[in-house]
Amino acid sequence: MTQPLKRLDDALRQQAEPLQTRPAIVAKGVNVIYPAADRPVHALSDIDLTIRQGEFVSLIGPSGCGKTTLLRTIADLEPISSGALTVNDLEPAAAREAGAYGYVFQAPALFPWRTVLENVMLPLQIQGRHVAECQEIAQEQLKRVGLAGFEAKYPWQLSGGMQQRVSIARALGFKPKILMMDEPFGALDEITRDNLNQQLQDLWCAEQRTVVFVTHSISEAVYLSTRIVVMSPRPGRIVKVIDSPLPRERTLKLRDTPAFMALAQEVREALAEGHHEH
Amino acid sequence: MNIDRFRQQGLPVLVVLLVGLILWYALTVGLNASGAIARVLPKDGSWSLEDLLLATLNMQRPLLPAPHQILLDIWTSLTKWSIGSPRNLLLHTWVTASAALTGFVMGLLLGLVLAVCIVHSRTLDRALLPWIVASQTVPVLAIAPIVLVILGSLGITGLMPKAVIAMYLCFFPVTVAMVQGLRAPQKLELELLHTYGTGRLDTFWLLRLPSSLPYLFPACRVAIASGLVGTIVAELPTGAQAGLGSRLLTGSYYGNTVQIWSALVMASLLGVSLTGLVSLVERWVMANRRVAA
Repeated sequence: MTQPLKRLDDALRQQAEPLQTRPAIVAKGVNVIYPAADRPVHALSDIDLTIRQGEFVSLIGPSGCGKTTLLRTIADLEPISSGALTVNDLEPAAAREAGAYGYVFQAPALFPWRTVLENVMLPLQIQGRHVAECQEIAQEQLKRVGLAGFEAKYPWQLSGGMQQRVSIARALGFKPKILMMDEPFGALDEITRDNLNQQLQDLWCAEQRTVVFVTHSISEAVYLSTRIVVMSPRPGRIVKVIDSPLPRERTLKLRDTPAFMALAQEVREALAEGHHEH
Repeated sequence: MNIDRFRQQGLPVLVVLLVGLILWYALTVGLNASGAIARVLPKDGSWSLEDLLLATLNMQRPLLPAPHQILLDIWTSLTKWSIGSPRNLLLHTWVTASAALTGFVMGLLLGLVLAVCIVHSRTLDRALLPWIVASQTVPVLAIAPIVLVILGSLGITGLMPKAVIAMYLCFFPVTVAMVQGLRAPQKLELELLHTYGTGRLDTFWLLRLPSSLPYLFPACRVAIASGLVGTIVAELPTGAQAGLGSRLLTGSYYGNTVQIWSALVMASLLGVSLTGLVSLVERWVMANRRVAA
């Protein structure tokens, strides 16, 4: 095929691309620079990343590598200094206003004066839906994260793991296309964490949402992701993007297989590489 | 269980009450002795120590009335006179209470509005807060007559001028606490609402106001107590017809110390009931709150 013809072919293919395969998040040359008195801090440097619909992408790296900053810029919680960033083909601010994503913070951030059910209802109420509809959706979401029967409890009556599950139910309630999670299980013990990883995996398999997941746990990243983005600090940048060869549906047993260990090793090496570069 | 609770909470209070009463009676005897010798007991000196004791505890116009005299005075004023009579203390208590409550509600509203303005506007934060603090350095005793005279010349008399002065004292603690309370939400909670694209109004109702309630109620208890002080002070300078303040004033005019003390006792009872009322509302509103562990 000659060069011009190939270009036309590419263009046609792009046009014909169905909505399903359009990328969910596109970052091109994204920089985030914090002004500082002596030397500006380069939190994110020339980030190029495309996240397709239905992918489970983990951002992993040591503290200060900008993984949380990257997630926060996508969520319009922090502005970018230069570059281009789109979420569902929209500017981050417009995507946020449109309810494109649900965000799960490291802490559950539940309102202590609201019951579990009312907490899950919160984003739905803000969208101005009818109370009955909010209740119905919230109840269903709570069932999905295994918290049926806890509707009338208050957050302080639940364990840390249960609270985080409520916050996941809250993020999923308004059916956002994208779920963003910032070290959601970082503050939990390992047993609870394993359990929640399994639940999250099941949930993702069942619903096929796009997930962007920040973690500093290699095994968590390998277990959950279809793609792992390894990042490195000073300046915050992407060192390597690793496609996972593991099957879509996974169980905790998978973690003892050679394929899993090889992938974990690859991530570990990429992290070390980023560390030694300077 | 109940005995334990009594030992831990009731007993210390009772002991202090008992010690207080004993000291009071001792003080009554000591302070009234010279007056009793001069005015009550026979001039020829034919009285025993027992006569002196009884005389000091039951004088017409003692320097310091004994507790039983005050209680008796309150009891007779409540039982012997109809509720509409100016001799009934309950009428005066109600007059003062209604003005204090009106002033409290006005102060609460003013305090809330000021706090909302201050929290939502940086300009108002800088412009208003110094004046609000300065307003409280002016003694209420100096402001009260001015307010009464001005409002009186406008034809506003009765309950309203007193309520205005109570409001002047009430709004301050509410404003200060609510500014703090409305700013209490953490960055995390604000960011959570930000991800939902929540507007200012929703953020206020869903997050800021509920977060501020633990700050509001202690401020309300302080406010209603100082509002009562403001009301009584407002009843003093103009010789109001009714109210606990006017009872204090007429009592001191005619040297009727028992009347002053009964008005004082009623005022403190009123103060306790008003703060108790606020606590009840607080308990009802905050029933489901617990401090996050």
